[in-house]
Amino acid sequence: MEAWIRARVTLALTLFALLFFVSRSSPPRQFVISNAERRIDLSSHIINVHLTLKVENTGTRPASEVVLALTPTEVDHLAMVDALAIKGKRKKTTSVHLEVKPTELPDAPPIDAKYFTIYLADPLNSGESTTLEVLYVFMHFLEPFPAEIAQSESQLVFYHDTALILSPYHIKQQTTFIKTPSTKVESFIRVEPTNRVGTEIKYGPYEDCPPYSISPIHVHFENNSPFAVVEELVQEIEISHWGNIQVTEHYTLVHAGARHKGVFSRVDYQSRQFSNGASSFRYLLARLPARVHSVYYRDEIGNISSSHLRTNSLKSELEIEPRYPLFGGWKATFVIGYGLPLQDFLFESSDDKRYLNFTFGCPLIGMVVDKLTIKVVLPEGSTDPSPVVPFPVEHRLEL
Amino acid sequence: MSNSSTSDLLKPFKLKTKQQELLISILCLVYILAFITRLFSVLRYESMIHEFDPYFNYRTTLYLTQHGFYDFWNWFDYESWYPLGRIVGGTLYPGLMVTAALIYRLLHFLRFAVHIREVCVLTAPFFASNTTLVAYFFGKEIWDSGAGLVAAILIAVCPGYISRSVAGSYDNEGVAIFALLFTFYLFVKAVNKGSLAWGLASAFGYFYMVSAWGGYIFIINLIPLYVLVLLITGRYSMRLYVAYNCMYILGMLLAMQIRFVGFQHVQSGEHMAAMGVFFLMQVFYFLDWVKHMLSDTKLFQEFLSITVTCAVAAGGIALGVGVASGYISPWTGRFYSLLDPTYAKDHIPIIASVSEHQPTAWSSFMFDFHILLFLFPAGLYFCFKRLSDATIFIVMYGLTSMYFAGVMVRLILVATPAVCLISAIAVSATVKNLTVLLRSKNKVAQIGSTKGTSSAKASSKASLDQSQPFQKNGAMALLFGAFYLLSRYATHCTWVTSEAYSSPSIVLAARGAHGNRVIFDDYREAYFWLRQNTPPDAKVMSWWDYGYQITAMGNRTVIVDNNTWNNTHIATVGRAMSSYEDEAYEIIRSLDVDYVLVVFGGVTGYSSDDINKFLWMVRIGGGVFPVIKEPDYLVNGEYRVDKGAAPKMLNCLMYKLSYYRFGEMMTEYGKPPGYDRARGVEIGNKDIKLEHLEEAFTTSNWIVRIYKVKPPNNRW
Repeated sequence: MEAWIRARVTLALTLFALLFFVSRSSPPRQFVISNAERRIDLSSHIINVHLTLKVENTGTRPASEVVLALTPTEVDHLAMVDALAIKGKRKKTTSVHLEVKPTELPDAPPIDAKYFTIYLADPLNSGESTTLEVLYVFMHFLEPFPAEIAQSESQLVFYHDTALILSPYHIKQQTTFIKTPSTKVESFIRVEPTNRVGTEIKYGPYEDCPPYSISPIHVHFENNSPFAVVEELVQEIEISHWGNIQVTEHYTLVHAGARHKGVFSRVDYQSRQFSNGASSFRYLLARLPARVHSVYYRDEIGNISSSHLRTNSLKSELEIEPRYPLFGGWKATFVIGYGLPLQDFLFESSDDKRYLNFTFGCPLIGMVVDKLTIKVVLPEGSTDPSPVVPFPVEHRLEL
Repeated sequence: MSNSSTSDLLKPFKLKTKQQELLISILCLVYILAFITRLFSVLRYESMIHEFDPYFNYRTTLYLTQHGFYDFWNWFDYESWYPLGRIVGGTLYPGLMVTAALIYRLLHFLRFAVHIREVCVLTAPFFASNTTLVAYFFGKEIWDSGAGLVAAILIAVCPGYISRSVAGSYDNEGVAIFALLFTFYLFVKAVNKGSLAWGLASAFGYFYMVSAWGGYIFIINLIPLYVLVLLITGRYSMRLYVAYNCMYILGMLLAMQIRFVGFQHVQSGEHMAAMGVFFLMQVFYFLDWVKHMLSDTKLFQEFLSITVTCAVAAGGIALGVGVASGYISPWTGRFYSLLDPTYAKDHIPIIASVSEHQPTAWSSFMFDFHILLFLFPAGLYFCFKRLSDATIFIVMYGLTSMYFAGVMVRLILVATPAVCLISAIAVSATVKNLTVLLRSKNKVAQIGSTKGTSSAKASSKASLDQSQPFQKNGAMALLFGAFYLLSRYATHCTWVTSEAYSSPSIVLAARGAHGNRVIFDDYREAYFWLRQNTPPDAKVMSWWDYGYQITAMGNRTVIVDNNTWNNTHIATVGRAMSSYEDEAYEIIRSLDVDYVLVVFGGVTGYSSDDINKFLWMVRIGGGVFPVIKEPDYLVNGEYRVDKGAAPKMLNCLMYKLSYYRFGEMMTEYGKPPGYDRARGVEIGNKDIKLEHLEEAFTTSNWIVRIYKVKPPNNRW
């Protein structure tokens, strides 16, 4: 096996979910945020924060760099930050994708914070205002409390944040909505005016908050969504001369929620599905490319027979079930493999080079991948491979 | 003119090549058939290792390919027989693993990047294919090439052999039957030819057999017995002398290289027959020489009696001294249990507890041999009609192995090649006689119709026909009968293979309510759970049947496994399972056990579970620890789990672990909760409380239940 692989040109890209940045900037303090609305979605273990900012240039010069601030813990758990500029009014809005880069502010702020700069497409003239939409995605951010639960208990987690949006700018008016997965909320800190309706907690509106004002809150609530985390995923994409791409994905899956404590009783699990093992999960869904063939799902000790494949001309869905339901802290390793027609993914350019166009990431839905390695095995005789990835990654060539 | 003469010259040659072409193509087809008929399990399930022992073989083969031969040879396994461990290199027959590893290396050398598991799965079918070739040559050596062909076909599909050589049944027997037949073939060839080269080859065949399977004992006792019979029947010859001496001396020296066998060839009682015959052989040779030198027959007679007496006395004294001084070990219990079917039941419960060690029922003979069972005596008849050194051998092989097949179910396997060969002789001889009869008539008829030159001959034949008017029709009918029987045999074999012998037993399949196939993959579910969710050094206690599987698939340390070398250790586990929970807890603590695993079929109706095996645990435990008494678990000699069961039964650890919280479970519509489908009764103790253990995992169909051993309570 080794010799056989060594005989080929192997290109391995190792990508980590860490982002490396080098930056420099100066903070233009000429903005004021006239209205800020934040919607925090806590319904799964991946937290989406939608931030809508109405930014007004109160300075004298046109400016194009808007700075966002995050606490260091938030930055540690940040998976993605994305910004859009909204143009037009009401139903005729168009959005423009904006560049976001981490920056450091030289004039030390009163609190510890990390910064990202949004580069506006057109500089904002003095007195003008614009609407920005920012999306943050956090992972590993909910802290299970209690950290160990029994089978019949449901999973409670803590969410820590501040009621006031951390910002280097003056915010005239702001509101925060926190959406919890169910109405079962153990406790939350009130910062008046605070209002809770159904699954939503509303903080605000708060008027005239100076820069860097914070007000720590926490929400302790029930979250039984699957805390499915792939600790490590190794994806091997093998390109064959014979018109086939063979993809093999090695998963190390873990339930990263509150740890399972004590007994696992099958009779309870079978007879009382909803009240028992509520935070455990059994099914996973993988969305595979269309025209997938020869799909297999196995582990070190053999085939796992509990899987279903549904295919149509647009997409293929593979529903898989690990050998046993996963409770907090339980692990499972498995391999998914499939073949794809080469012509769907390989393109030839005029300069006699070939491009493999493959979606980056994990086909399982609702997954957090901690460590991802993609290996592309090129056919024999390939020369000078180079990867093109829209974000910085580590990569190396193995021969 | 010249052209026609050359074609005339070529004619016999051509015919011969045509025959050979036919022969080779038939053999190729048989070779392929033998392979593909064993692939049912791969097609039905997947390419996987079956049953119990093969998992150990697979694990060791994996180790061999990963760490190399010397590490394998010196391997001390900490993961089994905790806390004793096992010297794996010195307690196994490495032939199978080395063979599979060599095939693996070869395939990789040829750039076939196969996984070692695939090699292991297909080793047995591959060797079964090779066995058909050996059967052909053996049949040819004993009788003729026709019998050889029939033997090859019969053995290719014979269920008795298929039972141990389907794809995935990666066990010693898979290669050992090939080695056994090959050794016998080479030895018979050596006896027929009297050549040192064949004797040497048979010694190497024997070496391979010794390296592969403990059944080599059969060879080292059958061959001396055969030689003895030849000596007694006055068939002693120089050929025999050369063949036996060469095979015995070299074979013995080679066999000593296997660590597990070591010096047994000179030290153990089972091997003494071979040595005795070896010395007897020398005496015979000496006498032959003396006879040659002495012309006086009377003098020779006296000399003969003196020498034979002296030789036998010396041999007897040597054996007596050897046994008395302990140099020669007495026969082992396993050997005794082979000679006496009732021995194991009384003395070694651990052997008797294995279902494949039970005496064979008639039905399983019929199941595994089908028509061969009737052809076997017919073949013996033909063999006796044409006695030669070779036929005597096959007769002896057939009769002895049939006896052993009657003693133990699993030894049907050893008898299968002999039965196939002898039956092949019967089939071949019968069919040949019949076709000769038919052909000769056809020829006569043809000649009579086309040419009038040999009319006198024809008329004489015709008169012969007249004397037996229905001979031709009778021959036709008999031939059709034979083919009908053979075709029935083929159908039966295929059916048995597909229905009975192609189940991996680790994955169970059943028909669902809508006729769809339901798969119970509970074993692997549990083993994989152990592998992923328990500490890597966790010790798992289970009955010994599951030991190999837990170490191979669960990758966890076990207390006992299928290598039943330490009876006391197994008895300790048996005692723990049959004690009350608090007593068992002490044993469990003393063995440092973290998890206890039981197999339970009450939900699915899976009958080979631990409750059904439980009486053997009691017996084996009681054999070492007299506190465990079998009658305590029985009610009037009856084994029950329902309300009428013995109180000790209802409260022993095995019962508690199997039925814990089963009383709340509805298994079948219209039956009370806690209805055990494997035994068809409602359980007797539904309110089971566990004090020192807690349920850690139960598989989706409840087949495997794993309990965690709680740490001792704080004393203050």
